[in-house]
Amino acid sequence: MRVNFTVNGRPQEADDVWEGESLLYVLRERMGLPGSKNACEQGECGSCTVRLDGVPVCSCLVAAGQVEGREVVTVEGLADYARQRVCGAEKCDTSAKSDTLSQGGSPTWHPKPTDSQTGEGTELAPIQQAFIDAGAVQCGFCTPGLLVAADEMLEHNPNPTDADIREALSGNLCRCTGYEKIMDAVRLAAARQGEAV
Amino acid sequence: MDFLRPASWEEALAAKAEHPTAVPIAGGTDVMVEINFDHRRPEYLLDLNRIGDLYEWEVGADSVRLGASVPYTRIMENLRGELPGLSLASHTVASPQIRNRGGVGGNLGTASPAGDAHPALLAAGAEVEAESVRGTRLIPIDEFYTGVKRNALAPDELIRAVHIKKADGPQQYSKVGTRNAMVIAVCAFGLALHPATRTVRTGIGSAAPTPVRAKAAEEFLNAALDEGGFWDNGRIITPSVAKQFADLCSAACNPIDDVRGTASYRRHAVGIMARRTLTWTWESYRGTDGRSIEKGSVA
Repeated sequence: MRVNFTVNGRPQEADDVWEGESLLYVLRERMGLPGSKNACEQGECGSCTVRLDGVPVCSCLVAAGQVEGREVVTVEGLADYARQRVCGAEKCDTSAKSDTLSQGGSPTWHPKPTDSQTGEGTELAPIQQAFIDAGAVQCGFCTPGLLVAADEMLEHNPNPTDADIREALSGNLCRCTGYEKIMDAVRLAAARQGEAV
Repeated sequence: MDFLRPASWEEALAAKAEHPTAVPIAGGTDVMVEINFDHRRPEYLLDLNRIGDLYEWEVGADSVRLGASVPYTRIMENLRGELPGLSLASHTVASPQIRNRGGVGGNLGTASPAGDAHPALLAAGAEVEAESVRGTRLIPIDEFYTGVKRNALAPDELIRAVHIKKADGPQQYSKVGTRNAMVIAVCAFGLALHPATRTVRTGIGSAAPTPVRAKAAEEFLNAALDEGGFWDNGRIITPSVAKQFADLCSAACNPIDDVRGTASYRRHAVGIMARRTLTWTWESYRGTDGRSIEKGSVA
């Protein structure tokens, strides 16, 4: 079957999709977007987390046919998504958006990727930069899912408590078990977000 | 495999009538796992995501008509006052990602004894609104679960909604697992006080082939509360009464040994949860407002 949907702001068409195929498979194998990771395939690990019409979901548990006509944001589109959110640009997807960040004409965030190879020359989302700066990437496998989940939390909860962060990330497993640095990274992103406003 | 995408509820019912083997998929949090692991290759997948009605709820005078696909996240956010037991249960479901997709209709359709919503539905009192092209019927929750992962739905029926009694008193929910997120219940317990009828209802999860009520325990407690005038005098529940209630709840279990826990552990834990949830709800009832007070999982 054919599936038409929007990925990271671009209309996409996937052909010859098997009816039992997951959104994750379509993203990785048909769209060339391997950022969303394939690990448990049962919603246990959260490494395949994407935004579906703004809502964080495990893409391994969404049937490809269910995304027809809908909007998906993957980790590859996270920097754009975060930038548009801060700009309050018209191109922003309005679903599930919080106004808190665009209020008060907050300035556009400019990344300063000076201390890492990864971010060199590329604009990163604030949460991505915070993960690098806090050393929260570690082996990196769980990172994309954590970034999507953490970014969504900071969107509607700019001043999270540690309990809020733990709950928001409770569906994302890190087998390096370096959760403390991940917590640091989210706290850092929240603090920077607060300074920017 | 065929992927059916009905645009309306009527189309969905027609499709289910035409293809009774079609497997409905909404949040996908059960169905997709089975497909990903090759445990299931349904001939037809019946996608319910397009049917907006299933994502709505109506708060009536006595009950809430909860659309089958209303995600757990929405229940937690919007129905905490009307459905405190189910809201607490919803919060224990897996993770935010799963709660954003899964709903009570899927829990009922799968009818796993470990489904988190079941004990809360049993304790509150509920009816499942099942519909087919032949018509609509309301199945009392007590008659809905017919076996391990089996329910009372006919092959051509779909779950439209669940009608859950609005809380008329405190409700509690408790679940045993190895951590606070991403756990299938080792066992679970729901309890609702119904001061309007001066009754107590229970629900036990993961400790019998189906979710069950501890009916003998309820009857014992109803009689004991009545005899002692507890509903009127608001005294604390006598420890011996609480113990007897807990023992009867344990006795209502018919558990198995599996990787998550042994049968005897489950029986034991259900008794503990019964006593704790009774204490929490009764303390709440004795309080001035008579409404459920949020409690942590420790007591």
